Amino acid sequence: MITTDILIIGAGPTGLFAVFEAGLLQLKCHLIDALPQAGGQCSEIYPKKPIYDIPGFPEVLAGDLVANLMEQIKPFQPGFTLGERAETIQKMEDGTFVVTTNKGTEHNAPVIAIAGGLGSFEPRKPLLKNLSDFEDKGVAYIIKDPEVYRDQKVVIAGGGDSALDWSIFLADVAAEVTLVHRRNEFRGALDSVEKVQQLKNQGKINLITPAEVTELHGTDALESITIKKAGDTPEEIRLELDSFIPLFGLSPKLGPISDWGLEIEKNAIKVDNTLDYQTNIPGIYAIGDINTYPGKLKLILCGFHEATLMCQSAYQRIFPDKKYVMKYTTVGGVNGFDGSKKEAPKAVVKKIE
Amino acid sequence: MSDIKIKITDREGVTHEIDAPTDMNMNLMEVVRSYELAPEGTIGICGGMAMCASCQCYIKSAHELPEKSDDEDAMLAEAFNVEDNSRLGCQIHMTETLDGLEVELAPEEI
Repeated sequence: MITTDILIIGAGPTGLFAVFEAGLLQLKCHLIDALPQAGGQCSEIYPKKPIYDIPGFPEVLAGDLVANLMEQIKPFQPGFTLGERAETIQKMEDGTFVVTTNKGTEHNAPVIAIAGGLGSFEPRKPLLKNLSDFEDKGVAYIIKDPEVYRDQKVVIAGGGDSALDWSIFLADVAAEVTLVHRRNEFRGALDSVEKVQQLKNQGKINLITPAEVTELHGTDALESITIKKAGDTPEEIRLELDSFIPLFGLSPKLGPISDWGLEIEKNAIKVDNTLDYQTNIPGIYAIGDINTYPGKLKLILCGFHEATLMCQSAYQRIFPDKKYVMKYTTVGGVNGFDGSKKEAPKAVVKKIE
Repeated sequence: MSDIKIKITDREGVTHEIDAPTDMNMNLMEVVRSYELAPEGTIGICGGMAMCASCQCYIKSAHELPEKSDDEDAMLAEAFNVEDNSRLGCQIHMTETLDGLEVELAPEEI
């Protein structure tokens, strides 16, 4: 069981900055995120795109903002559970919460801050009849262990980086790799596109474009698929296979959090914006893009503010009897849990002769 | 600059005739959101970067639209329910030449 003071669900910019504000109050944080890396949308969707409305930064790349935040919170030694999705929440007798992920990792904390942005990123599934019947029986949306596909006949669908990269990788592992894409053009790193071209020329990747997988066949497990090829010579191809891997990227879903008994409005969690961004369940806060209140704006800078007020409220909840007033970092410095100390240089007092 | 009239058929099949401003640097996705013709959180998820297809719509009138950027084209290549007249609403800026535009919102991806 991982224990901490504030358990933050979502490691995007708002969740990361909450670690800093909590740290100033000597509160420890642990973050859970379904993605394998911190940064949320900034890292996953648009790391190379500029943001122009972070106060004090006329222009900053989303990826650089995340890197800066990680640097800023380093002294407060946050813990991370990455690549796992927060699944269930349970209130304990002592008033604390236990949050369990889809992989069974348990986290215990007196305060939960949901900073889940648009929700957790889930694979986009193509619209195919009986697709769900074959999940884990020949259909997978994520490649966890490529060895599973050794000596198999594999069909990958998609036209982005992951479809290209896995086709390249599996060309050496699987018996047969077929890549199906709706266009002749692929959107990916130039290297990957060229490599797939090479492997196609060598006969190591069977490329079917412009085409779409339209039907899945099989009794218990997936046995074959129908591919509809468009273009100058349209035809229907029936292909026998062991595995079908549609790689159409990720899209965010509110997911299991919507079953936690929280008040939901407009696909977001309702909070008290007059005070501390607490939800209808005391001890559970929602900050950043995932919350809603009158006049809500989904901006990173608003998430930072919400995180700051949330931490003050969390402190009082954890230490109801302690007296505290907010202190400026310029005055108080930053005292890391790692023993590091940042402070403003002392003014020199010296007589002028 | 004046408002233009646009007909938008929502995902329930209801057609709305609305006024869209041409002087607010708005795109079609934002117009749909401003009139709340699709629930918040089901449209414009990526914020208008042509990086999701939640604002996909079908163009029903014969208006000449700006050409698709590579980003939009690539996104539509991976979207679902795509038709020949599919566009991403976030890439269609409101200009006076679009007066009378008729569009239908594509179904939500589940």
